[in-house]
Amino acid sequence: MLCDACRERDATVTLTHAVKGEVNVMHLCQRCAAERGIETAGSTPLKNMIADYLPAVQQQALLAQAEALKCPFCAMTLQDFRETGRLGCASCYTTFEQSLRALLRRVHGNARHVGRQYDAPPPDLVHEATALGELRARLHRAIAQEEFEQAALLRDKIKGLE
Amino acid sequence: MFDLSLLPDGGLSWLDASGDQSDVVLSTRVRLARNVDGYAFTGRSREGERLRILAQVRDAVPAVPSLGGGVLVRVDELDQDDRRLLHERHVISRELAGLESASGARGGAAVYVGDGVGVMINEEDHLRLQAVRSGFALEAALASISRLDEELGRRVPYSFHREFGFLTACPTNTGTGMRASVLIHLPGLVLTKEIPKVLVGLQQMGLTYRGLYGEGSEVLGSFFQISNQTTLGRSEEELVDHLSNVVRHVIQREQEARRVLWRDAGYIIEDKLWRAYGTLRFARSLTFDEAMSLLSGVRLAAGLQLVQGLSVYTLNKLLIFSQPAHLAWAEGRELTEAEGDIARARFVRQALAEEMGPIH
Repeated sequence: MLCDACRERDATVTLTHAVKGEVNVMHLCQRCAAERGIETAGSTPLKNMIADYLPAVQQQALLAQAEALKCPFCAMTLQDFRETGRLGCASCYTTFEQSLRALLRRVHGNARHVGRQYDAPPPDLVHEATALGELRARLHRAIAQEEFEQAALLRDKIKGLE
Repeated sequence: MFDLSLLPDGGLSWLDASGDQSDVVLSTRVRLARNVDGYAFTGRSREGERLRILAQVRDAVPAVPSLGGGVLVRVDELDQDDRRLLHERHVISRELAGLESASGARGGAAVYVGDGVGVMINEEDHLRLQAVRSGFALEAALASISRLDEELGRRVPYSFHREFGFLTACPTNTGTGMRASVLIHLPGLVLTKEIPKVLVGLQQMGLTYRGLYGEGSEVLGSFFQISNQTTLGRSEEELVDHLSNVVRHVIQREQEARRVLWRDAGYIIEDKLWRAYGTLRFARSLTFDEAMSLLSGVRLAAGLQLVQGLSVYTLNKLLIFSQPAHLAWAEGRELTEAEGDIARARFVRQALAEEMGPIH
């Protein structure tokens, strides 16, 4: 098929225009297409290469970034993870979120939890439990050291909390 | 030595063969991996942190009815023989028992043993909750582990992520943190050489299998642990339903294989199984592997009703009590390997004589 514009060269590009509900199809050669500001694959090999190259560079940069990441809580790096196969703490999951999402998808075929949901208990309840534990430990120590007055005080406090 | 009578039911209620399909399925186990928020995971934790986690759980336990009547065992305070004993009894994992490391159990390693449920503390994850049932009972095991999880999670804050679910040290456990497994005896499929096909099929269905002692253990005596491989992207119920359906199918195939064996090679099977029984009744020395293989045969004989009057419960107990640490515990002293083999043969002879009467 010949180019609709110059009628000289072979048409290699199909241009579909839709204006106000009217569809207009033109068959153009590469040069005429380029004149109308349409880029085609064959015409710009360099641009094409850059287009391929850029994501690769970005990917590398992202990878390098991920490699440089260090968990702020436990100081784990991706390198450490690769060596042990174990993450260091819950924060690792946010630090390495990108890499982990891909890994989880590979391992489980899915990266989204759909099972039981969980809300942590309110801090005061946890605090109370921890405080109780601390008081009990102090009570044991007081008894062991025969500080009975102190022990009686602690026992009252524990009773109050319980 | 550790007093096993302290454990509710000696930690052995799952052996009593009271459950469904108990001639094929020994036990059902569901475990949940959980980590306590605010601490590094066990592998990167300091002893002080692990002791704080232990204290936190200990303080929460009075408000956890599922663990009522349970006992706390400080695994880090036990000597190696006792740790091995608890591992052989399936109360604690190899990892928690510290059997793989020269330095033994890590500081803060402990286990709560309740009735049919338990919590390992400072395992690979801070908490490993488990529920065990006799026979094929996935739904019941899931129900009791869920109850325990809810009660404990109300007092101890878990690490949870909206997208990834429950966070675990190993990404293969992330999400539900759940591993549901069924310990199953498949001698029919092994003898008819159907087993490779079945095992490949399991993997295609997203399931995996292991030997009697879980991860990394070899398959002995045709005992397999079948469990879910993935933990993320499906709910606990879906995972358990799927496992349950596949295991039901495997049980059917095992029973079919037994029928075929009996029909096509009845006399060969009969001879093989009676020889196994005869060896167990008369041998003066048995290695552990040999005992497992012979017990597997006798278990099949009981299933085929060849040997009458031998209970599955006794066979289950023999599996546990003929292990090295249990023999040493029964004899009250350390045994060399050769002494262990002699003690094992004697123990098996006595147990069978008690159940089946003497042979003159």
